[in-house]
Parts: sequence; structure tokens; C-alpha cells
Amino acid sequence: MTEPLSRPKRKDPLKKTRIPLLPQGTRSRTALGLTAAAAEGRFQLQVCGDCAAVVYPPRDACPRCLSANLPFRDVDNGGTLLAETTIRTSTDVYFRERMPWRIGTVLLDAGPAIVAHLHGDLREGERTRLQLKLDKSGQAIVIALPAKDTPNMADDPQWRELTCDPKYRRALVTDGRTAVGQAMAEALSQAGASIVFVGVADPWKPFPGEERLRKLERVEIVALDLTDTISVNECAGEFAPRVDILVNTAEHVRTGGIIERKGLTVAREELEVRYLGLMRLAQAFGPVLRARGADGINSAAALVNLVSVFALTNWPAYGAFSATEAACLSAAQSLRTELRPGGVKVVNAFFGPLETEWYQAVPPPKLAPAALARAVVQALQQGLEDVFVGDIAEDIRARLAVNPKALERELGS
Amino acid sequence: MPDTRSRLSRLPYEGVVVGAPVTIPYRRYSTNTAHWWVGRAVREVVQRAGLRSTDIDGLSLSSFTVGPDTAIGLTQHLGLSPRWLDHVPLGGASGVVALRRAARAVQCGDADFVVCVAGDTNQVDSFRRMLSTFSRFAQDAVYPYGSGGPNASFALITRNYMMRYGATREDFGKICVAQRDNALHFPHALMKKKLTLDEYMGARAISDPIHLFDCVMPCAGADAFLVCREDAAKSLGLPAARLLATIERHNSFPEDPIQYRGGWAMDIGEFYAMAGVTPADVDFVQTYDDYPVICMMQIEDLGFCGKGEGPDFIRSHTLTADGSFPHNTSGGQLSVGQAGAAGGFLGLVETVRQLTGEALGAKVPDARIGLASGFGMINYDRGLASGAALLAGGQA
Repeated sequence: MTEPLSRPKRKDPLKKTRIPLLPQGTRSRTALGLTAAAAEGRFQLQVCGDCAAVVYPPRDACPRCLSANLPFRDVDNGGTLLAETTIRTSTDVYFRERMPWRIGTVLLDAGPAIVAHLHGDLREGERTRLQLKLDKSGQAIVIALPAKDTPNMADDPQWRELTCDPKYRRALVTDGRTAVGQAMAEALSQAGASIVFVGVADPWKPFPGEERLRKLERVEIVALDLTDTISVNECAGEFAPRVDILVNTAEHVRTGGIIERKGLTVAREELEVRYLGLMRLAQAFGPVLRARGADGINSAAALVNLVSVFALTNWPAYGAFSATEAACLSAAQSLRTELRPGGVKVVNAFFGPLETEWYQAVPPPKLAPAALARAVVQALQQGLEDVFVGDIAEDIRARLAVNPKALERELGS
Repeated sequence: MPDTRSRLSRLPYEGVVVGAPVTIPYRRYSTNTAHWWVGRAVREVVQRAGLRSTDIDGLSLSSFTVGPDTAIGLTQHLGLSPRWLDHVPLGGASGVVALRRAARAVQCGDADFVVCVAGDTNQVDSFRRMLSTFSRFAQDAVYPYGSGGPNASFALITRNYMMRYGATREDFGKICVAQRDNALHFPHALMKKKLTLDEYMGARAISDPIHLFDCVMPCAGADAFLVCREDAAKSLGLPAARLLATIERHNSFPEDPIQYRGGWAMDIGEFYAMAGVTPADVDFVQTYDDYPVICMMQIEDLGFCGKGEGPDFIRSHTLTADGSFPHNTSGGQLSVGQAGAAGGFLGLVETVRQLTGEALGAKVPDARIGLASGFGMINYDRGLASGAALLAGGQA
């Protein structure tokens, strides 16, 4: 049974912060199909389009019929752990400082034998569920879990190495004035975060929900204005070494396309809050996050980019807004590479219209801020990199996969 | 499926012999290149055979660390002009495979004197670098899993074998201890201290159930031998062993979820039939011993006992050079060291030495027929290559 984590002690400021190391991240191009599946929390392997053989490790020819038609498909993840070993010496610096490390051979019901990382509660001979996860290098690995959930299973050290679990971590939610920011603070607190800092610009100005927010356990309101570089830098100066999960909840939602905007004032505001705000945050907090990726139980783990699903394809009714969101998505892709040396994940949480004032005229389905917040916490607990929250986001994702041009026309009609 | 019963029966290796067995003393680490080690081994073969290097018209090279060169680069590097050239990148199966190809070249007249050589250097970080890029499957699906290298892969194979057939650590220990006894007589062995079963059992765990003395020590070194016609060897006055039979098999039994048998099991009938002998006629065996579990598998798959009877076989035999089942008589890689691809030559070279009366260490009494086996290339979760050769001394 997994030993529950204990709350990390206050860090000795004289102690050296461990340099984050990464496991080997080199993969063949074909193996990146696993990484794509892991990013969204799917279990996919190659399935031969001609003979239906399930293939692993990733190949460019089917070992049963030599077909080159080997797409990645969802596959049943059940199997049996045939044999295990506890590795006690490793040539790799990342694993050396994490020894001992358990791996095993799992015979998947679907066919192939897979060498996998083992969750601490799984024993030889037992049934197992396999999951694809992203390790600290950002590439996919397979981990074998017990067939049924076990107590404290999220606290297993090999599992926690793959996730960004908020438990005993410290978070900063960047805008507490919004319903999403407040829901996010509550969800992180409930997930066991040690403290949730909530940024509010000009905190002396009252705002709806303030009283409730202040009453939440382990939540602390701090001054933070994303449109003001000095404010962001001051906030980082004080709190960055204590921020393990950074959740950007900044919003700026206005209707209208490009021509109808009449001038650039609103567009500039949008960019200030969203794109430049994200950039200010990244520049102020990024270097510390990246340096603290291996800093114990409460190591830096994730930057969460809450972003409209219309970043992926423009919704002309909110055309200028969509363009700004696209800029934020593109910035997040760059940040992924920039934060990877620290093993820090950038999580994109894509969502459609919310049950908030700014989407007043949009017909349902609309997403409740609390549902979005819960999904983000789940994504952190599961170590996902891309998560599509709610019916609209999932619908857009599915339609994009089938025919992006069709979707472009449909969103414009 | 084509009917394999209608396959042509294999031509015997009539008149082909192996001589000039060479081991360049291994070193734990070397600042020299693989080329240096290979060059020394080729030179010693040429000198031992009483040839000039211009007489060498065939070259077969095995090496992991000779990059960016391959065999062709070595011809110019060593000043050889062979008319037959081979590169055998098969790790622990290199020796057997190099031999059987060279034997056919000599038999058919494509070459007269083929030097088969394996050499690797071992610089302080070369082992780690080799592991991480050993194969595409290793890169994609093994190295990111704890980076335990072959120790971890063989730990899983060993663990499975122990559960399946009731082998114990003591059984594996007996193999290792006997090899160390043999190695104490072999001047080139890196391990020079006696090993007791207690020391074996008490050694630190590396990747359970693999413990320290189950593992070979990576090192630098080179081994080589000469393949030529029997009459040529005679006119040179070169002691040589005759080649009776060989087998080679790759990616055998892919349906086994964990390896518990190797390719030998597919070809063993043909192996002994070609040689016209039975396992009972074999005077000593050099198995490929990267880990003792593989020795046990070979003893089974090469017909010395049935599948799963390996543990009992080990318990009922003595394995030293003077024992009831002389095994890895120079000490094998477990005690001599694993010099990269030369590890796939060590047993073969020792076999020739025993059969030609040139043993450097413990001698097998009245050795007339010897078996050398090869195994190698953990591409993903198992060794893919396997092979074996039966050789006979002058009196057989």
C-alpha cells in the first residue's frame, strides 16, 4: 500500500536546490504517436490496418503481415504483470538519483508484451491497467497501475514523477476577480494544495465573490495586475520561489470580428490582458519554475494556460478574441520547449463558452466555471498536457480532426 | 508455408579449419581506440600463423566502437587488400556467425586466409552512450524505463525463468563460482580473486534478482582467429580445429511474451546431424554467459538436458574444466570481462585453444569435441541472435 505523502517541511534556504535532470527524451518519429496519445490521456497503440495486429514497440512495418498501414488507435489497456525487477543501479543521472526504480514486463490482453514503469501497489502476477504518460522529458512512457484504485495511490513516487498533483504543492491563480479564477482557487484548495495565492489587481476595490474567496481554506489574496509589468515582477519577486503550479485565469472576452471592431483600443486591451499578460507572467515566473523542477515533494510542476478552444480555429462571432487566444496558444507551445529543461509541464485547458456574463447571448451548452476548474485539477492530477473541457471544446476538437476546412466554414455561417 | 523437409541438406564444412586463436589481454578501461585493439589482434594472428599481412585475403570484423568506420575502413587502416570482406555487428553471436560465413568463403575458394576479429575499446563513458542508442526499440521503449541497461532486461528474463522452472540464485551462483575457478588459471582474466558461493549470495543487488556477480564487467579487448583450408594449415605447421557444424537463428519464438528459450532450440536437430555427433560426444561447452540464466537456457536448448531441467542439470554436475561438464573453461565473460563484440569471440577462441592443445589456463582432459555458443543483441526485451558451432581437434 502506498505510504501517504507527508507535508514537506519548510525549505532550508541554505540548502542547494537540486538541478532538474531529465530522462532520455529522444524518440523515433513513429514513437511520437504515443506522445500524442499521452498528452491527452488516451491509451493508444499502433493497430495494423490490414491484419489488426496490435503492435509495440512502435514500428514502420507490421511484424505479422508487413503492412505499412499502422495508425495509432485506442486499445484496451488491461494486462497481466508477468515479471518485475527493482533497478538499483542506472547509468542515467536522472534515474540514479531516484533509485530504486521498479519496472516490469506486462502482457497486454490485446497482444504485445510491454516493458513498463510499475506503480508501487502493483505486484507480480496481478492484473494491471496500463496508461501512457508524459515523463519529465515530455515524452510518452507506459506505466502499469493496479487493476483497481488503491488508497493514496496518487502519492506513489514513480506515479507522482509523472503527474502535477496539486497535493502539498503551492499554486498561484492569476485573476481572482473572475468566476473562473475563484472556482480555480477553490478546486486547488480542495485538491490539497498547501496554499493557493490568488492574484487580484487593486485588491482594495471590492468585487463579486470576494467574501467567499477570502473565506476559502489555504487561500491568500495577493496584489497582481497582469497588464502591469512592475506589478507582475513584484509579485514574482515575493512569491515565485513558492509557486509550484501557475494557473493563468486571465480573461478578456468581447464579441465581434476584425472589421467591426472599429479601431484598435479593445484589441490592444485584449492583447495586454491575455497575450502580453501571459508573456509577463512567463518572463517573471518562468525562470524560477524551470529551476525548481526537481525541488522535492513540492517541486515546480506546471504552468496552466486556460485558453479558448477557438484558439485552434477562429469563431468569427468572437473573431478578434479568437485571434488573441491563438496568440496565447502559440506562446504556450514555445513555453513548453522553454520550460522542459525543468521538467515543468505546460497544460493547455481548452474550453468553449462559459456560463458567465461575457457569453450572455450565446446559447447553451455553456461550461460552468466550477466544471472547468475541476477538469484542470484532474488534468494536473493525471499529468495531461492538453485537455478539452466541456461539450463545445470536445465537439470542436472532433470536427477539427475530421475536416478543418469544413469547420472553418461552419463556424462562419 | 514452404515444406522445410524438402530443404537441401547442408554441405559439410569439408577441409575447413580454425587456428591461431588470439586474445589480446583485456583492460577495464582503455584510452586506445577500437582500431588499436583490432590491429593488435590481427597482427598476432598473422605472426602466429607465420603469414605476411599481404597473405590475408579475407577479413571479418565485429565491433561496437569502431565507428564511424566499418570493416572497409579497417582495410585501409590496417593496410590489407582482402578479396573477401565482412562486417558482423551481432554482438554476442558475432564469433559463430563470422566463423560460419568465413568457413564457406574458404571452402568455396573465395578466400584462402580469413582473419575473423572482434575488438572494442571501453572508455569511461562509452558504455552509457552505447546503451542509450543501442537500437531504435531500446531508445523508444527500454532506456527511458529506469535506464538499467541489460541488467534490467535480463533481470526480467531471469525472474521469469526462476518462477517458471524453479531455478534458484544458488544454481546461478554455482555457474559463476565454477567459472571463477576456471578463470584463476587463465592469465588474461580481469577477475583474479576466488569467488565463493557465500560471496556470490551476499553481493549487492543490481536489478533484482540480478546481483553483482551475475553481471559481466564491460572492458576493452580483442579476440581473433584464422579460418583456412586444412592443407594450408598443415603446410604452415599451424595447429587447427576442424569445423563440424554451425547454426544461426534470429528473432526466434517472437510469440513468447518473455524469453525462456533461444534460437538453438529451433535448429538443434540439424546441428548435431550435420556434425554426426550427439550431445553426449561433446567434451566441453562454452556458452555465451552475459548472465548465468542464459547459460542455463543454452544447456537446455543445445540438448544437454530437457527444457526446464537446467537447474537440476547444474545441481548434478561439476562445471570446472576438470569437472563432469566442463563449461566456460577460460572463465567466460563473467570472470574474464566483456570486451564488447569480443565477448562473442571469447568462447570460440577458447574452444580452438582447448582442441589444439594451446589452452592458456585450465585444460580439459582429452578434449576432442567442443561446442561454442553465441547469443546477443537485446534489441528490445530479449536477445535476438543465437548461434553455435561444433569443432573437433585433430584426434576426433
